[in-house]
Amino acid sequence: MSRQSNRGADPRKVSGELFTLTYGSLVAQLVKDYENDEEVNKQLEKMGYNIGCRLIEDFLARSSVGRCYDFKETADVISKVGFKMYLGITPVVTNWSATGDEFSLLLENNPLTEFVELPEGHSNLNYSCLLCGVLKGAMEMIQMEVAVWFVQDQLKGDNVTEIRVKFVRRLEDAVPAGED
Amino acid sequence: MTIFNLYIFDRNGTCLYYREWNRTRQSGLAKEEEFKLMYGMLFSLKSFITRMSPTDQKEGLLNLRTNQYKLHFYETATGLKFVMNTDINEAASAPNVTALLHEIYQSIYVEFVVKNRLCALDKPIESEIFHRKLDDYIRGLPMFATKTSS
Repeated sequence: MSRQSNRGADPRKVSGELFTLTYGSLVAQLVKDYENDEEVNKQLEKMGYNIGCRLIEDFLARSSVGRCYDFKETADVISKVGFKMYLGITPVVTNWSATGDEFSLLLENNPLTEFVELPEGHSNLNYSCLLCGVLKGAMEMIQMEVAVWFVQDQLKGDNVTEIRVKFVRRLEDAVPAGED
Repeated sequence: MTIFNLYIFDRNGTCLYYREWNRTRQSGLAKEEEFKLMYGMLFSLKSFITRMSPTDQKEGLLNLRTNQYKLHFYETATGLKFVMNTDINEAASAPNVTALLHEIYQSIYVEFVVKNRLCALDKPIESEIFHRKLDDYIRGLPMFATKTSS
């Protein structure tokens, strides 16, 4: 049960490059399989969503982070604990909307795109769209519906990669069926 | 300390897993009914606790104690609920059951159900390996066999 202590020698850990390249071949295959980039984005987001739904349990179990009091705290946890734990980076949380329900995550280095150059004719492809899905799926499991999308992407010549997260609504716990 | 039984509920109230070890007396209800009763009680109690609380709180219900047994409750942020009934050993050496339930969540549920893509998360758990790991873990606890003197 002492998984934390021998993390350094964890035989299930794989190299970051292998991970990056695996993701790359996944996207490349999707690009081959689908007609247009929008469809690829949709598939990536769907995969991410399914990952997020399960990843959140691993996240909660390992980080022992409790419920957050407000959306600001949530943003901090996503960046400093979530991204740190799974991608080894800490995106900057910034560009809060006036109402405090929308923020941006700025990624200086996106590990997913380390060896990537978008070929001609794929200007609509959101290469790292999986991340949006993961965030959406994970947040939904903790009763928060969010919208997540890319604003800037280094692959498209922007200086930084920016992911926008918007709080949509709180999902309520299901009430048990009554004895009618 | 004696462990009687364990329930795991998902956020929709489905009983994902039930198992008993030293349960000495049955409730006299069909299992399905018992699960519904248990979930319904927890749901109402939680909502009661939240309403009555003088401050906003993260964790409300931790356990419920009678003069015969103690019900320990652990809920994750995803709404997964672990419920374990034990006897009421209050000795200083008695382990913290909430921590134990977290350990079950972290080392057994997440490892063998969540990471097993073939296990649906909203259906009762049928995984043999989960069942075995959990049983080994509970039986391996130092307190498992110790009966209270009272």
